[in-house]
Amino acid sequence: MIKFSEEKLNKVKEIMARYPDGKQKSALIPVLHIAQEEFGGWLDVPVMDYVAEVLGILPIEVYEVATFYTMFNMKPVGKYVLEVCQTGPCMLNGSDDIIDHIKQKLGIQAGETTPDGLFTLKPAECLGACGYAPMMQLGKHYKEFLTKEKVDQLLEELRAAATN
Amino acid sequence: MKVLLEHAHVEGIRYYDTYRKNGGYRAVEKAFKMTPDEIVEEVKKSGLRGRGGAGFPTGMKWSFLAKPEGVPRHLVCNADESEPGTFKDRYLMEFLPHLLIEGLIVSSFALGCNATYIYIRGEYAWIVDILEQAIAEAKNNGWLGKNILNTGFDCEIYVQRGGGAYICGEETALIESLEGKRGNPRIKPPFPAIQGVWMRPTVVNNVETLAAVVPILNMGGEAYAKIGVGKSTGTKLLSVCGNVNKPGVYEIDMTQSVEEFIFSDEYCGGIPKGKRLKACIPGGSSVPIVPANLLLKTAQGETRYMNYESLADGGFATGTMMGSGGFIVMDEDQCVVRHTMTLARFYNHESCGQCSPCREGTGWMYKILKNLEYGKGKMSDIDLLWDIQRKIEGNTICPLGDAAAWPVAAAIRHFRDEFEWHVLNPDESQRRNFGLAHYADPIHVPTTA
Repeated sequence: MIKFSEEKLNKVKEIMARYPDGKQKSALIPVLHIAQEEFGGWLDVPVMDYVAEVLGILPIEVYEVATFYTMFNMKPVGKYVLEVCQTGPCMLNGSDDIIDHIKQKLGIQAGETTPDGLFTLKPAECLGACGYAPMMQLGKHYKEFLTKEKVDQLLEELRAAATN
Repeated sequence: MKVLLEHAHVEGIRYYDTYRKNGGYRAVEKAFKMTPDEIVEEVKKSGLRGRGGAGFPTGMKWSFLAKPEGVPRHLVCNADESEPGTFKDRYLMEFLPHLLIEGLIVSSFALGCNATYIYIRGEYAWIVDILEQAIAEAKNNGWLGKNILNTGFDCEIYVQRGGGAYICGEETALIESLEGKRGNPRIKPPFPAIQGVWMRPTVVNNVETLAAVVPILNMGGEAYAKIGVGKSTGTKLLSVCGNVNKPGVYEIDMTQSVEEFIFSDEYCGGIPKGKRLKACIPGGSSVPIVPANLLLKTAQGETRYMNYESLADGGFATGTMMGSGGFIVMDEDQCVVRHTMTLARFYNHESCGQCSPCREGTGWMYKILKNLEYGKGKMSDIDLLWDIQRKIEGNTICPLGDAAAWPVAAAIRHFRDEFEWHVLNPDESQRRNFGLAHYADPIHVPTTA
């Protein structure tokens, strides 16, 4: 049964109250973020249908938005999604090497997830950290000034955190 | 001269008490003693130009706002900073959230808006928390909510998180997104000032623009206009990245020469490892790339300065643009073809798909540039690229088409020999290490368009 926890549902209601009467659809993107976090890191069709029901809009209105924005995952992802920026300024500072290193280290290609379900590599377009390149987004935070050594250390830390 | 970042390094400036102790919220106190029209007049006098990239006069934009009886109007802060090379708004919001909140309260009062939204790119997730905490602090101290300081003015500020789409930085796409839709730009007119979010009159301004309203109120529009040069009034934030010793965010009063900005220790601190400057994109990825010689001096041989007019001197043939202030520096070992390819991929990824020239054209440009970069290109591909970018420019609903076309056009205009080198040396272009463009010494930099 897909249902927001009491706490999340209150948060959703608080967001819906920010807009004029009848304009609750405006809450869609913020609510999709909550849904993705709450229901396993990606947006399955039943999840999107549930969001439509909560907001009182049609399922298609949710599908078209969810598929438009890159932050919403349309298929399952690993526990940790490594979103490495590959646009110009990061490229100038060696993001290609970082991406290749992660591919080699994890034995996966861009967009793939490791068999243990821990890591997904998702090359990203400009994340607004150009002066702190190369960088990746990991969940809510940025990891900046990456080197191969820092990546190795990060992967180890994440592995350790996942097994504990 | 520092106006916006004056207190950026004060310990704890992110929090209300420290911000207030350092002169924070004085602009709000001052604003409440003025009429809304007087505030708009001050902003007009300041000569402030939109800091998001277009450089449109803010006071004029405000005066276009329709005020029909009984229809609420809205101020929306554009914090969807996504232009490659640009990360100045992030810096402001991360370190000086109250400066933005203060600017928003003053601007909301001036425009008569009771519900104001900060539309922030979804990836800046931790900044949402910083802003919401600052809003809560401001509210607890009586600067937001109902009947603020007994003025009868109500104001709420909400942070709206986006979903990751460059196009939502375009104001009508942002409005669509704020309404919970795909970020497809609207056809104008009607302009947002007449029919914006929820078909209500709306002003959309960039983070830096709204923050600048605070010093404008504090010092007065005329004093603010005295900072800077000519029509480039006030200060501008530059976010510097690429191959420089000191990447980061700098505030300048636009009187510095480009050479001073890149090489002095006060700003970028020169190029790492003693390498030479090859090229620069000074205003975010969309503005034309210029080779070193045309960056430091205009085609007439005059010193080029870091302001709107000087950077644009020579038009697109030999000049570029101030844009968003995303300053991307490339050293001698960087490959213009590869860099342009990443930008083409970016625009292809970010095209909303609404207009055929942009949807199809960005894909073709990326494909051709990929072929050229990976040694599979033909000489005719270079002309084909030129042809495609020309057919995109000016033929789309929003400026993303132009933004995608200009970098490709400028790269071919100034670095055609580098594209040709890739065609003539397909094997070598594959064997080389990352970024090691094979170049004669000294670097050949064309001097004319």
